[in-house]
Amino acid sequence: MTPILSSLGKDLVGLEDLSAAQIRTILDTAEPFKEISERRIKKVPVLRGKTIVNLFLEPSTRTRVSFEFAEKRLSADTVNLMAEGSSVVKGETLVDTARNLEAMRIDMVVIRHGASGAARFLAERIPSNVVNAGDGAHEHPTQGLLDILTIRDHLGGVGGRRVCIVGDILHSRVARSNIFGLLKLGAEVAVCGPLTLLPLGIDALGVRVFRRIEEAIEWADVLNVLRLQLERMTAGFVPSLREYNRFYGISSRRLARAGKELLILHPGPMNRGVEIDSDVADSPYSVILEQVTNGVAVRMAVLYLLAGGAPEAAEAAKRRGVG
Amino acid sequence: MPTPGPASVTLLDETDVKRIFERMAKEIVERAGGVKSLVLLGIHRRGVEISNRIRTLIEREAGREVAAGAIDITFYRDDLARIGPRPVVGESELPMEGIDDRTVVIVDDVFFTGRTARAAINELMDWGRPARILFCVLVDRDGRELPIRPDVVGRRLSVLPSQKVDVQVPEIDGELAVCVSHAAGGAS
Repeated sequence: MTPILSSLGKDLVGLEDLSAAQIRTILDTAEPFKEISERRIKKVPVLRGKTIVNLFLEPSTRTRVSFEFAEKRLSADTVNLMAEGSSVVKGETLVDTARNLEAMRIDMVVIRHGASGAARFLAERIPSNVVNAGDGAHEHPTQGLLDILTIRDHLGGVGGRRVCIVGDILHSRVARSNIFGLLKLGAEVAVCGPLTLLPLGIDALGVRVFRRIEEAIEWADVLNVLRLQLERMTAGFVPSLREYNRFYGISSRRLARAGKELLILHPGPMNRGVEIDSDVADSPYSVILEQVTNGVAVRMAVLYLLAGGAPEAAEAAKRRGVG
Repeated sequence: MPTPGPASVTLLDETDVKRIFERMAKEIVERAGGVKSLVLLGIHRRGVEISNRIRTLIEREAGREVAAGAIDITFYRDDLARIGPRPVVGESELPMEGIDDRTVVIVDDVFFTGRTARAAINELMDWGRPARILFCVLVDRDGRELPIRPDVVGRRLSVLPSQKVDVQVPEIDGELAVCVSHAAGGAS
């Protein structure tokens, strides 16, 4: 019997490379995985015996823990490699690190790295499946997917819906993945933020640009509010966090003026009182905690579709003489 | 999706199948020792339709509701490494009352190698601890590869390995019947 799913190929590097059908396959596959996290024994044997390395060379707790839950709930064996205290600190290159792991016969690498392009760089050089958990400012595909799934769950669909991403678009891989994924599924996408944090030519990706948050709120059905990193203030991108909050902060007063119910997303962790006010974050329209739940299900779906036994990957690896 | 073509023969038509369901419903209640702690779980997709029909018959006879649910065994298959990730055809739904200490009857359309039954049992054990598990199928075509046997069987069929046995249900195939045809390139 031939598998009749849209195959994802060997790796998940970004949503830019996926077709709408592939994205839908991942979202549809995430649904049954949500149910597994509700069981008493939160495990299925799908990846039993597979070894997955979480190579997190940029600090992260939430994403790593989410991936770890996903991996363990699929019965895989996981190993965490963090930047500090690893050979990378001693000057080992990324490729050498990966090849050393390969020599221990691993099956998948989930990589987070500070350099854009690191995930593809690794994917092209090792036969294991590679999942991008965030590379520089390039993409964070599983975050994009879980955001889209959350929107889909609440609005019944994504096509034709208006999603505005608010905040530090310039440095945001989450924004890019959201933009690629949402546009492919037929949504209308906009970005809003101070000029200093909007990349030049972002509209070339097919998104609207709002300079004022009031206009964005009036236009949108969904707001995806990005975290403003405190370092942006010290580096001169914004005059002060207070001023950012005054001009771009999502407050209940601003939302009330829109006169409609907007869905509020945030990738986390939140800076309450900076990009988002507490009462909005805790309101019924905020689906931030659901995003976290969906995140585990989406990551389970991605790992299952990549390494649930795709025969082509095994064949390709065999031809390269590994495993 | 199997559709009767020139190479397909209908072994059991709607009347035959309905009569068999009546008998299976009675047998299940007898083997389970009553209806009170009974749970019917159909295996997606056709097992669910069969389970629903049998459930209706049991409820009619007993005058009360019977707990029911559905299982999708995709994640518990033993051949995922070979055939690649399969689409999940339906979601597993536990009955509200759970399955602990109850008599669970797993319902499927065809019993062949026994691997589906093995997967269903493993999944069930991850859900909880049933007092008993009974396996019930409409057709047993006896090609077992594991030491598992169905407990309640509608009809036993002896067919060649090159033949395919398909149960058709109205919700999916448009009619209620059991058909045999020649498989393209070996049995499923």
